Amino acid sequence: MPRIVVDVMLKPEILDPQGKAIAGALPRLGFNSFEAVRQGKRFELTVDGEVTDAILAQAREAAETLLSNPVIEDVVNVEVVAD
Amino acid sequence: MSTELPLIGDYSTPSPELSGARIGVVTFPGTLDDRDAARAVRAAGAEAVSLWHADTDLQDVDAVVIPGGFSYGDYLRAGAISRFAPMMDKIVDAANSEAKLPVLGICNGFQILTEAHLLPGSMIKNDHLKFICRDQVLRVENNQTAWTNGYEAGQEITIVLKNQDGQYVVDDNTLAELEAENRIAFSYVGWNPNGSRRSIAGVTNKAGNVVGLMPHPEHAIEVGYGPDHRGTDGLTFFTSVLTHLVGGKK
Repeated sequence: MPRIVVDVMLKPEILDPQGKAIAGALPRLGFNSFEAVRQGKRFELTVDGEVTDAILAQAREAAETLLSNPVIEDVVNVEVVAD
Repeated sequence: MSTELPLIGDYSTPSPELSGARIGVVTFPGTLDDRDAARAVRAAGAEAVSLWHADTDLQDVDAVVIPGGFSYGDYLRAGAISRFAPMMDKIVDAANSEAKLPVLGICNGFQILTEAHLLPGSMIKNDHLKFICRDQVLRVENNQTAWTNGYEAGQEITIVLKNQDGQYVVDDNTLAELEAENRIAFSYVGWNPNGSRRSIAGVTNKAGNVVGLMPHPEHAIEVGYGPDHRGTDGLTFFTSVLTHLVGGKK
């Protein structure tokens, strides 16, 4: 069944305490090449059948209303992944 | 309990105006502090009315408290799912209506109110990433709201702070607006316990009927149980709204 993938990230100007903690842990494991880490969320919405334009529009609306909070987050990607 | 502790008041015979006030306390799945909030309402002299998140009847309440806890386990974002509860639709409409229903959001309740866009900004994880629980000193920055009119402007109060997602964030424009309109209701005194912008602990809407804050006034209403086993600084939230209601009904 096809899935609609929605990626949500904290807005660039919002501090990401979790990402910061991960950035601090990386060098302790010898991963020295990474300047910063920001952590986001990935949602997979499974669709039973074909992903029509209307269904994709619904996914975009859900992404803006429930899956993200526009005050602190951006929806950075909505795409269809076929299996 | 020791008899040396002074009583904070005699609530056995509330005044006629106050005894008629009905204050709703909303319970979501995962709410923790609804019983304490109801107790605070009764200690202030009003009737506490239990409101279930899935119901749509506000039961003619005069004000609403959205208490703390971990509604829906904080899944997705704190308050994100609760915000769409049927009862929340009613509360948002009533708060924005001409009647301007007084609404107080405490901790998770504050998070729900920002998710519902009744209050500006949002909360993210504490900057130090730890759950924090402490007696917290706050400054009352705005004593003109429905829930703070019993405090002196600039008064410092001590109530309990306990949360993990307590860092208040807001964009520059909204922050400037909040400051210009005196809508920062409370700020943290001394050490900023979660990295909140401008040490903001609580804010109000334009009309002053909706107030949200991270610390918990309902845990500081009774001698023997509040901060330092003495603190009753939180009770004034609940008496303030009664004063507001009496004034508004005249």
